[in-house]
Amino acid sequence: MLILHCPYCGVDADETELHAGGEAHVKRYGPGSSDAEFESYLFVRENPKGVHFERWRHANGCGKWFHAARCTSTLEVFGTYSAQTTEPPQEIKDKISAKRPGWSWREFA
Amino acid sequence: MKRYSAFAIAREGLRQHTGWERAWASPEPKSSYDVIIVGAGGHGLATAYYLGKNFGITNVAILEKGWLGGGNTGRNTTIIRSNYLQDSSAAIYEKARSLYETMSQDLNYNVMFSPRGVMMLAQTQHEIRGYQRTAHANALQGVSTEFIGPEQVKKLVPIINIDGPRYPVLGALWQPRGGTARHDAVAWGYARACSDMGMHVIQKCEVTGIRREGDKVVGVDTNRGAIDCNKLGVVVAGHSGQLADMAGFRLPLESVALQALVSEPIKPCMDVVVMANTVHGYMSQSDKGEMVIGGGTDSFNNFTQRGSFHHIEETVRALVETFPMISRLKMLRQWGGIVDVTGDRSPILSKTPVDGMFVNCGWGTGGFKAIPGSGWGFAELIAKGDSPLCDEFSMFRFREGKFIDESVAAGVAH
Repeated sequence: MLILHCPYCGVDADETELHAGGEAHVKRYGPGSSDAEFESYLFVRENPKGVHFERWRHANGCGKWFHAARCTSTLEVFGTYSAQTTEPPQEIKDKISAKRPGWSWREFA
Repeated sequence: MKRYSAFAIAREGLRQHTGWERAWASPEPKSSYDVIIVGAGGHGLATAYYLGKNFGITNVAILEKGWLGGGNTGRNTTIIRSNYLQDSSAAIYEKARSLYETMSQDLNYNVMFSPRGVMMLAQTQHEIRGYQRTAHANALQGVSTEFIGPEQVKKLVPIINIDGPRYPVLGALWQPRGGTARHDAVAWGYARACSDMGMHVIQKCEVTGIRREGDKVVGVDTNRGAIDCNKLGVVVAGHSGQLADMAGFRLPLESVALQALVSEPIKPCMDVVVMANTVHGYMSQSDKGEMVIGGGTDSFNNFTQRGSFHHIEETVRALVETFPMISRLKMLRQWGGIVDVTGDRSPILSKTPVDGMFVNCGWGTGGFKAIPGSGWGFAELIAKGDSPLCDEFSMFRFREGKFIDESVAAGVAH
């Protein structure tokens, strides 16, 4: 059972209280973009075995969207952070670096 | 290879069973093969088998990181059906179902195919209309299914409660020629037949890199050294993304855990497969008497081969309402497998941006039933460069918007 800390209301919510929203920090493409760009936005996903960044919604709680940094091969949670950002905060990246030296995820490391 | 037969059993019975030979060899890898298949699960082994049988390509190695059939091939609920809506899905799944009918004879290995019938319950008005539409589509596709009423459901499955308070059974899509098979035997039978053709089934051999020269694949690096190949088929389900990453491209896939469980064994009580998609549970009874129950997928990426417990609770809650007599049963075992799910829930059998490299993945929550058809088509794709069974399942369909919009999954509404 996954337990995530909601950075908005402060509750430690287990996964039945949350809704998984897929990969975080996806770049959105609009009119005039190429087919490949739309494909990457709509369908192509990182799917890492290890460090991953995701969107979650505290659906049966405060209702807010937030981000989580998690390991998909151990289910360890590195931390959660506000959805009002385009990249993970340094503090969370440092925490991951301490536990998974040499990690990288898309352009972040 | 010595053939298995009633005579062989009698012969061995008379000499203390000393004459059985190993079902497949465990050779050291050679430095080069015509074709390397990564992944010795059902789909990978079936691909190798049909490469040899249909195209005479036998200089083939099948590399397996773990043990043969130890991934999703050994973790599914063994259901075989082909009652899909779209023509391209019906074609490949019906090919697979028909190959299952003769697989034991073809491989000289008893895969215990049991065409006991698969029933998908309609428990809402929407489902009735959906399944009637599927039955009509199946009639046009040459797949034998019919929509049956609740009385007939009750007659076929006496233990079912058709008057449930929340979701009464209003009818069902019935495929009498669907059923189950022994999943391990499918992998073992194909491995034995491949080994007999001179192919190398190499276990505990993990691919750690894919070697290219320009745009062309030339071999793989493994924990047992580098191996050259002309063509490479990647059939690794949940880890397809990792292999694609080694080759330098991305796939439209996400890996999640799907789980299943079995009850303690009980006397025979249900001789068909029942799927209840609205409440989300499906159940059949194994030859050992265990009730085999399929659960749901986790909603988040996961490589741990175990799922979240609340899915079991939801599945069992739904099934207890539909089958009240199972309420006192104890759970015997529970397990998970990592399934790779695409955007349209249909598989990918495709060329890739790397010349000579092919991928067979994205079967999501419903791959076992497709094993022989998938192997048949994918072997043709590797041998000839195109295959009528696979053409629609290209990985490039997402860019082109040519989806195969099918609730392949466990037939579960998306």
